[in-house]
Amino acid sequence: MSLISAERLTVRRDGRVALHHVSLAIEPGEIVTIVGPNGSGKTTLLKALIGAEVPSEGRIVRQPGLSIGYVPQGLRPDATLPMTVKRFLSLPARRSKAELNSALEHAGAADLADRQLADLSGGQTQRVLLARALLGAPQLLLLDEPTTGLDQPGSAAFYRRLEAVRNETGCAVLLVSHELHVVMSASDRVICLNGHVCCEGRPDAVASAPEYRALFGTGTGGALALYRHEHDHSHDHAAE
Amino acid sequence: MLDDFLTRAMLAGLGTALAAAPLGCFVVWRRMAYFSDATSHSAILGIAFALAFNVSPAFGALATAFLMALAIGSLTGRRLTGDTALGVLAHGALAAGLVAAALLPIPAISLESLLFGDILTVSRTDLAVIWGGAVVILALLAARWTALLTATLDPDLARASGIDPDRTELVLTVTLALTVAIAIEVVGVLLIGALLVIPAAAARPLARTPEAMAGIAAVIGAASALGGLQIAAWQDTPAGPTIVCTALALFALSRVKMTLT
Repeated sequence: MSLISAERLTVRRDGRVALHHVSLAIEPGEIVTIVGPNGSGKTTLLKALIGAEVPSEGRIVRQPGLSIGYVPQGLRPDATLPMTVKRFLSLPARRSKAELNSALEHAGAADLADRQLADLSGGQTQRVLLARALLGAPQLLLLDEPTTGLDQPGSAAFYRRLEAVRNETGCAVLLVSHELHVVMSASDRVICLNGHVCCEGRPDAVASAPEYRALFGTGTGGALALYRHEHDHSHDHAAE
Repeated sequence: MLDDFLTRAMLAGLGTALAAAPLGCFVVWRRMAYFSDATSHSAILGIAFALAFNVSPAFGALATAFLMALAIGSLTGRRLTGDTALGVLAHGALAAGLVAAALLPIPAISLESLLFGDILTVSRTDLAVIWGGAVVILALLAARWTALLTATLDPDLARASGIDPDRTELVLTVTLALTVAIAIEVVGVLLIGALLVIPAAAARPLARTPEAMAGIAAVIGAASALGGLQIAAWQDTPAGPTIVCTALALFALSRVKMTLT
């Protein structure tokens, strides 16, 4: 069975319909990207999947015992809150040293363990959030705009890291993004969302779908190629 | 030993400071300083009504503080950004309380002791209330500590970990109301906010983890209470404000230390 599925999900927010009859299912090990313009309900959908939004219609079915790792859209810790990366990773449940090191290693954040959370750059914060999500060996990673504030090479490096994590741990990845070009080529499947599911399928199929073009125009083809170009090389992006 | 008024005052100050310190850390982390002011100012109204209806003033303060905190929480939403709304409520509650105290058929009460505390007249019963309240506050915070920290960092992160941020934040509302009720004797409604915020702010540069910050804040708060009382007795200054001034001096010292290192 699917790891998680939404069946005809409708969510109302602030008196308006944010999602209307959205159905989707995530299978083990696949990378699925949800793309959509601002206000298209991407974040709402993710929040409904983690249980932070209550659907007014439809339902969410999780595989029994499903473990989810969630990466929120950035983190803005107040500078008055002292918090080392290590301590943050042990919230809310204590983790063993070995677990912490392994998660930090996978997320490429091993050197950040003793740093203060408030001092991290955007890219470093994203890697720490990824490390936290990897604790407890999740079967499904949910990421909300994980590359907001990263430059293009930084984003590309982050997505490559996600692919590597998927390949090493076998977890499925569901992420939300508006950075179509970079995201799409790293995905097995793309879901185009605009309050409802406009179209879905393999990245190249979606990119040429009329519904997708109506939302985003045709200007992203070149950028897609740009990412593929980068992917062919072995630049060192560790210093993003 | 409890026969000596200064000993009772020191125990009262110590209990209040220890309970206020960890809660004060959350007040600082979540930018709730105005929220705590509005809550403590509302207590005057509760005390006036309690005296009029012949119930314990501490209970009146607790009830209004709790209702006020609950009302603000629901009015301004979780992130408490309604600065103007909080300003209106904080000062409005203070003024309404003072007017009610004058209008209600109650024995003349000392406004000064309401506003600035009257720690030197603390009775054994007051001490029992203060330390009982302090134990409840610390136990509630300790029980929900990691959940509160997670929700403070990011409510959605908390939800994804199976924590209900709204229910967790109710702990802050309850402990804040309790703190107001026990701290009125010690520093009065105007300076409760100081007892919450200043030790926590002073502890910030000295701490690398939230737990350390709460612990250091407790030490600074306790030192302020004991030291402030000694200075007040020695110089014959008002006790509550002297305690706050002592905390202020420790805050200045910790800032100096931060600038030097």
